[in-house]
Amino acid sequence: MNAAAIVAVACAGALLGVAAGYWLPPHGRLPARNRLQSGRRILLPFTGQEISRRSFEAAVRLAKAENAIIMPAFLAQVPMNLPLETPLPVQCARGMPLLEAIEQRAASQGLPVDSRVGRGRSARDALRKLIEQEHFDRIIVSADEDQRVGLGYEDLRWLLERVPAEIMILRPAPEDTRRISIKAVSGHF
Amino acid sequence: MDAPADHSSGRLKIFIGMAAGVGKTYRMLLEGHAEQETGRDVAIGLLETHGRADTGRVAAGLPLVPRRRVRYREAVLEEMDLPAILRRAPELCLIDELAHTNAPGVEHAKRHEDVEAVLAAGIDVLSTLNVQHLESLNDHITELSGIRVRETIPDAILARADEVVLIDLTPEALLERLRAGKVYPSERIDAALNNFFRIENLAALREVALRQVAEEVGAKRLTTELVGSREESLAADAPQAVGERLLALVEPQPSAQRLVRRAWRSAQRLGAGLDLLWVRAPGSELSPDQRRSLAALRQLASVLGARMIEEESDDLTAAVAEVASRRGTTYILIGGSRRRPRLRERLRTPLPQRLMQRLPGVDVRIVADRSRRPNGSTAEGS
Repeated sequence: MNAAAIVAVACAGALLGVAAGYWLPPHGRLPARNRLQSGRRILLPFTGQEISRRSFEAAVRLAKAENAIIMPAFLAQVPMNLPLETPLPVQCARGMPLLEAIEQRAASQGLPVDSRVGRGRSARDALRKLIEQEHFDRIIVSADEDQRVGLGYEDLRWLLERVPAEIMILRPAPEDTRRISIKAVSGHF
Repeated sequence: MDAPADHSSGRLKIFIGMAAGVGKTYRMLLEGHAEQETGRDVAIGLLETHGRADTGRVAAGLPLVPRRRVRYREAVLEEMDLPAILRRAPELCLIDELAHTNAPGVEHAKRHEDVEAVLAAGIDVLSTLNVQHLESLNDHITELSGIRVRETIPDAILARADEVVLIDLTPEALLERLRAGKVYPSERIDAALNNFFRIENLAALREVALRQVAEEVGAKRLTTELVGSREESLAADAPQAVGERLLALVEPQPSAQRLVRRAWRSAQRLGAGLDLLWVRAPGSELSPDQRRSLAALRQLASVLGARMIEEESDDLTAAVAEVASRRGTTYILIGGSRRRPRLRERLRTPLPQRLMQRLPGVDVRIVADRSRRPNGSTAEGS
């Protein structure tokens, strides 16, 4: 075999290798945010149009440290005059943009996010149903007098007494009123 | 109650009411007699007469499984004798006060768990429940009445019941019964009238009870209506409905939530209906993560008022085209894939083009992941 033939075979082999690398599906690990994990799960429930930045940042820190999934959950409350299965477009118009904002911010930090929506007669009932359906390792809530931001004290006591997960309650910080709100949604939503 | 045909588990019938004294136990006992007269073996597993003479009288003639005594600290308590009921194995067992909390030391913490065991043994059960004992209503009823009920049962117990019968009485009639001493002994009447048995409380509780049973009926009706229901028939008859209808293609994975949210917002702006479609490959198995994601998608669809459609096909384009045609879809939304396509997929015409070829006149929109934009992390709420 002459030199030209050897070079041609080598070139063809190299081209084939490059092509295979390009065409075949990747075998390496996907970036963390693209990966579904069955690992630790951190629930970040909220009821209104904003959440405390401290709760979010605590969830991010823990998720990074524990390689966990952040699960923001909007708790929708069904008025008593409506059936439990009823759609809630007005509440969703407030809750969905915030879910989007949280998801975008967490994902931009490379964290996997898996959002949820809970529904019940009250925020606590919605949370209870959610916890019945799925397991969470940690639940992060902010104790805030403004129930548009956090859960009420009775709800927090219930969480501590009844929920078999690690509960992290962030005490109110009057000097820190930073929130993540629906204004944080990047782009048109 | 019909005798069980091929049920391995017994049937559960619950008599629900707004408060004590409406006649739940009385009605349960009457039904017990009626069943006995048809030749069935009926026994009372647990009866709380609360000293009501009428209730005691109507219980006569029904065999009673005696209670057992349970020692708890210094006290001796009487509880339902679950092992004796299971040994006796009647065809139908009457068990009062479903929400009762058992004394420590018996088989289960709650009576509804005892009832589950009785049902599991193939014994039919009649039981009673006040609406304020339902867990999901507990907060609301506390707000209405100012009284928190400690003994609650999961709503799933009511949902699991084969029959739910509302025992209804007007608040005025119940107060009359109370004043006549037919509910509580005379020394408790004044306290009851001043606390729980106020007319505004009873009116609110009655409304809650009526609504709860209506919801149960509605839920049961919905679960028995499968494809071919009236709504489906109407949709099939009028596939080209006036106005816009969006169809979002989803898969059971977290990123689908984002796609659904965006599709819903678009549907809101257009005043359009929204359908979600998941085309599952025949015989494919879901991982636990996928099962969770699917459940979350179904819940999201329900809260948003979208319709979740699940089809099994190995031809995605054909399945989407069929559903879009059936539902009168005007927009199709798909998410950008994050994984690199396989060789076979690269050689095929991309999905959006295939859809446009199959569905002329239908817009196809690819929804981007905003969090992946280079400046995606800069936006911030205050």
